[in-house]
Amino acid sequence: MEAFLILEDGTVFSGTSIGSQREVISEIVFNTSMTGYLEVLTDPSYAGQAVVMTYPLIGNYGITSDMESGQPWPDGYIVRELSRMPSNFRCEGTIQEFLERHDIPGIAGIDTRALTRILREKGTMNGMITTDAGYSLPEILPKLAAYRTGDVVNRVTCREKIVRKGPGKRVALLDFGAKENIVKSLTKRGCEVVIYPAHTKAEEILADGPKGIMLSNGPGDPKECKDIIPQIKMLSESGVPMFAICLGHQLLALASGADTYKMKYGHRGGNHPVKDLETGRVYISSQNHGYVVDTENLDASVAVPAFVNVNDGTNEGLKYTGKPIFTVQFHPEACPGPQDSGYLFDKFLTMMGGNQ
Amino acid sequence: MPKNPDIKKVLVIGSGPIVIGQAAEFDYAGTQACRSLKEEGVEVVLVNSNPATIMTDKEIADKVYIEPLTVKVLEQIILEEKPDSVLPTLGGQAGLNLGMELAESGFLAEQGVRLIGTTAETIFKAEDRQAFKDTMEKIGEPCAPSLVVHNVQDGIAFTNTIGYPVVLRPAYTLGGSGGGIAGNETELVDILTNGLRLSRVGEVLVERCIAGWKEIEYEVMRDGAGNCITVCNMENIDPVGVHTGDSIVVAPSQTLGDKECQMLRTSALNIISELEITGGCNVQYALHPESFEYCVIEVNPRVSRSSALASKATGYPIAKVAAKIALGYTLDEIPNAITGKTYASFEPMLDYCVVKIPRLPFDKFLTAKRTLTTQMKATGEVMSICNNFEGALMKAIRSLEQHVDSLVTDEYLKLPYEELVRRLKVVDDRRIFVIAEAVRRGMAYETIHDITRIDLWFIDKIALLVEMEKRLRSEPLSLELLKEAKRMEFPDTVIAQLTGKSREDIQKLRYENNIVAAYKMVDTCAAEFAAATPYYYSVYGGENESKGSHDRKKVLVLGSGPIRIGQGIEFDYCSVHCTWAFSREGYETIIVNNNPETVSTDFDIADKLYFEPLTPEDVQNIVDIEKPDGAVVQFGGQTAIKLTESLMKMGVPILGTKAEDVDAAEDRELFDRILEQTKIPRAAGGTVFTAAEAKEVANRLGYPVLVRPSYVLGGQGMQIAYSDTEIEEFMEIINRIAQDHPILVDKYLQGKEIEVDAVCDGTDILIPGIMEHIERTGVHSGDSISVYPAFTISEKVRETIVEYTRRLARALHVIGLINIQFIAMEEEVYVIEVNPRSSRTVPYISKVTGIPIVDVATQVILGHSLKELGYPLGLAPASEYIAVKMPVFSFEKLRGAEISLGPEMKSTGECLGIAKTFNEALYKAFLGAGICLPRHKQMIITVKDADKPEAAQVAKRFEALGYKIYATRSTAKYLQSQGVDALRVNKITQESPNIMDLILGHKIDLVIDTPTQGRDKSRDGFLIRRNAIETGVHCLTAMDTANALVTSLETASDALTLVDIARVTGSERPPYE
Repeated sequence: MEAFLILEDGTVFSGTSIGSQREVISEIVFNTSMTGYLEVLTDPSYAGQAVVMTYPLIGNYGITSDMESGQPWPDGYIVRELSRMPSNFRCEGTIQEFLERHDIPGIAGIDTRALTRILREKGTMNGMITTDAGYSLPEILPKLAAYRTGDVVNRVTCREKIVRKGPGKRVALLDFGAKENIVKSLTKRGCEVVIYPAHTKAEEILADGPKGIMLSNGPGDPKECKDIIPQIKMLSESGVPMFAICLGHQLLALASGADTYKMKYGHRGGNHPVKDLETGRVYISSQNHGYVVDTENLDASVAVPAFVNVNDGTNEGLKYTGKPIFTVQFHPEACPGPQDSGYLFDKFLTMMGGNQ
Repeated sequence: MPKNPDIKKVLVIGSGPIVIGQAAEFDYAGTQACRSLKEEGVEVVLVNSNPATIMTDKEIADKVYIEPLTVKVLEQIILEEKPDSVLPTLGGQAGLNLGMELAESGFLAEQGVRLIGTTAETIFKAEDRQAFKDTMEKIGEPCAPSLVVHNVQDGIAFTNTIGYPVVLRPAYTLGGSGGGIAGNETELVDILTNGLRLSRVGEVLVERCIAGWKEIEYEVMRDGAGNCITVCNMENIDPVGVHTGDSIVVAPSQTLGDKECQMLRTSALNIISELEITGGCNVQYALHPESFEYCVIEVNPRVSRSSALASKATGYPIAKVAAKIALGYTLDEIPNAITGKTYASFEPMLDYCVVKIPRLPFDKFLTAKRTLTTQMKATGEVMSICNNFEGALMKAIRSLEQHVDSLVTDEYLKLPYEELVRRLKVVDDRRIFVIAEAVRRGMAYETIHDITRIDLWFIDKIALLVEMEKRLRSEPLSLELLKEAKRMEFPDTVIAQLTGKSREDIQKLRYENNIVAAYKMVDTCAAEFAAATPYYYSVYGGENESKGSHDRKKVLVLGSGPIRIGQGIEFDYCSVHCTWAFSREGYETIIVNNNPETVSTDFDIADKLYFEPLTPEDVQNIVDIEKPDGAVVQFGGQTAIKLTESLMKMGVPILGTKAEDVDAAEDRELFDRILEQTKIPRAAGGTVFTAAEAKEVANRLGYPVLVRPSYVLGGQGMQIAYSDTEIEEFMEIINRIAQDHPILVDKYLQGKEIEVDAVCDGTDILIPGIMEHIERTGVHSGDSISVYPAFTISEKVRETIVEYTRRLARALHVIGLINIQFIAMEEEVYVIEVNPRSSRTVPYISKVTGIPIVDVATQVILGHSLKELGYPLGLAPASEYIAVKMPVFSFEKLRGAEISLGPEMKSTGECLGIAKTFNEALYKAFLGAGICLPRHKQMIITVKDADKPEAAQVAKRFEALGYKIYATRSTAKYLQSQGVDALRVNKITQESPNIMDLILGHKIDLVIDTPTQGRDKSRDGFLIRRNAIETGVHCLTAMDTANALVTSLETASDALTLVDIARVTGSERPPYE
């Protein structure tokens, strides 16, 4: 069936409907990873967005167990071509079935490169995926302009506390939409991970006596998380070692008096170079963010930049002055993408005094 | 870390002559690296024996030595030039080995010279089998169970513990020379014996066979500070067991999940870090298709063919970045030239799919085994880019120029099912067509997969193409169907053939409905950043990013496609120089080519690069958008010439010699008329289509005759026939491929072969030099030793040649280049053939004469006269140097190939000897070709009767040099009668010890074996020649070559005089006196 992608600027792409035929309005973002489409689909940070994959051949190895959460989160999925016959020893099905099962609409067969170029030039914008050939632009465009992603953290966070047993130290993980591999990266190192819903009060967390606190990644504008920020501030003052990733990093920055702003089209992919300012070493990182911390007015007595993006000089991490806290904008848990910065989990563990 | 200030003068080692396994990619890498070093103000001294390269241009390096690549020569250069550093990682395995030898002997340390790029220790850890295994074990990277052996017994014993089959890999050899898979003890002994001999250090790795696993490669970069990135990964469609150079390769990997990709990527980074490589490196993996188990196959601590492919596939200039790293820069300090915004410390993201297909030489070597193994056999390759796999595969297939434009072929239609299954089991260059046929017959994917071990995903993609084929055959051609067929890159000709319409109909239908190609940019970043580099590929159904600009005059330069025997790197040299010359004249330049190994497909050579097949339709698509003011075809070999007619139909003016004049040179009747007009004699002959006609002509002329198709390069299909039977055989072979043009049958004349390259502006000519071949006519000019200036012809013959050249150039209205081959018999001169285009001798003549031939030709094409350019007319005064161009062959790589020289070209490359005396130039040329004698001072002579008197003369001279001479019965008898102390040896069929035992005894330096007559069909001669080649014994098949070799040995001396080509052709000597 024919489907249409209508952008806020009036551009219309026509292609083939994939997944659900439901109509959806969402923010359109692109991801440049060549593999890892399944990790992208199941990354809760994509809640409230429709993702364009710039790599044209998607679904080649089908659906496997490589899920970062229990379900796909994007509002929509936009690809050049879905593989007719996936092939992999772990393959359990096709993307098409997966999208249908989870009622995610999508569109295939469009010029994803042309779409990416529009998003790059004009910045991230809203769009609609529809199968209604009788669409009316004058009616739709105002709706697109009015659409806001809103407070999506609520949608993706866990409903109640979850404990992942482990022999080692207890880490509290605040779930703003945590990827499974953050949990795994900790349990693999022997930690016990207690996962808390995003709105859990700081005192409740601290009462459980964690030896380390981890703030997860998550979707949306950090400034939407108004209630969470003060709780994070309290956690940061507890003296418990803290490590934060992506949204968690932004929230802690906001809690510490820094600002965040929305980037033109963000960083989403697996090839971004980040430089460790302490050692000068450059690591290739996995990234997925549309907002970034503004270090312009950062008070050095609070925190200093620890990582910077080699391409555009934006902030990629902070080191909090006088506190056992460091945070990164990129994804050391990878999945998808390079595992180069996985050592940061070891660093966090060292900060907690190790697992021995 | 900024540039190391101690590096001021660097010696860059090139890779030498083109051989299988070491081709044009190293000219590309070396050229890029030298430019990158010069950009940094470093003085570059270059050494490479290969004169056909761009890297040996004076514009590329400050000092250029076209000298034999031996340790001694390199030491001499180092003593003379006193560089502070040597960069060995850009000259392939040859360069790396030389760098190692210089370091191991302590010479570099003595001279206070350092190896940059990568240390000797790193090279050792990566290249030495045991050291490599130990290193991998240390960091926990799995290798297949293996053992390094130095003798056959140990190999057998170890294999008995791990079981057959095993893979054998000799250490320090090119393109897997001498390697293979052994399934039983007989095969093991056979391959192992050969491998031990070919290895520089006499060691071979015996390893558990992981054939059938997925073969995956990673291209990795690391800087001195330890930052690492991967440029690209690639997946071989052919599973482990076929050398990656012979595999169809796709980038990025298609059937691996992120988990598999990241696992191997992390492993590759661990390896490059442990080896402490600074620069580029290639890591090859075998990945179990049904688990996460993997093995590291090998690591190349240098730029390689794969890195050239990865550079072109991604736009990431690996060699350039490697050179900067060698100077001390870190990845985050080196800008990404494509985006201009980002840095070299990132990983390219592709938003397209790349397919590489090797170009195999089996059209040249009909008797060679076509089976693909771990021993590379391809001479070159093509690459294609599309946004879907089917399209990329289709484009690559037609880029090969092998008379096949799709998977549609009638060849297997009639094969019975069992035979088809049997053919599927054969791993050769035709397998993909067999798979298509199997799919066509409805064979289950699983069955095909079980036999071939090719991943189901690829089989399904082939099936999609077969399904499209069926739909085009059976359904009415709707616009939707047409669009889908074009999306998969079915060419109009194939759609026409399948739908029963004409090509013109299809094209019209497309144009009327705006189904036209659009161009996308290769930008390294999947459109994340705006890119400045106009490097394009085509797709159907999408936005066009290539906007034809029209502010300047615009020229289309057609490249020469994949490297094959007969059309080598020389034509890339010409295309690139032509592009530069147009650019200097203010033109906007556009290159179309599909060869990832070349300089011409580097994104900063022309103003625009289209990485596309060179077929009329693909070129038309570019013309539609660019609307060039003209096209040049005379520099791109036969590939470009073939496009002349189509370009004219498109309304693109051909710059330079007109198409009808090109035709006149190729068309027998037209050409005969011109010869009559200009009163130039040629061998009598006629044109024929059938064997009967050919025999009629041959008998009228009298045998022997020369039989050849017209419009071919490299003497493809050319043979000397001595009988009716041979005529029948040759005609059958030629006519296997439908011939559009008649076949030529000429009286075969034996004399001196003389060759001329000239530039003509329509009125005047400039002949930079006359070359004379050492071998008499009958040996293809590309396989002959060629000497500049001609050294045995009389003044009168020279004058005749100049005069004939002038007449022919004028009569053919040549504007630009012309190449003519003559025969001189006594004082008579006959013309053999005329090619109104550039030839393979142009680069070397440009270098030794100091006349930039391509440059001059380009200016003439643009309307300047030779007079106006300040060049005196006629034959240029001879250079003070004598240059000998020596052909180099790759016979040892091609099991079963006939090595005797004849009218069909067989050499893959060449090297140059340049000196003030003929003898020294000759000696250098032999040395450059790897003939470093004497060693054991024993040789075998077995020649046909006609050659015996000459053989006796040659034998005496070898005897005087202390050689012991063995000969078969009749040759021995003759030699003895002439006073040569020849030892008689039994023929192969006679009892041992016979000639074969002698050869296999590793005590023979040289075999002189001239085939009896015509094509030698005696099994004996063939076996002797093959065995000699495969055991590393030099084998000469022409008496003239033998004569030259003995001359060079008689005058050999250790101290060579080195010639800096940059100075020969530099400013001290004005371009022309």
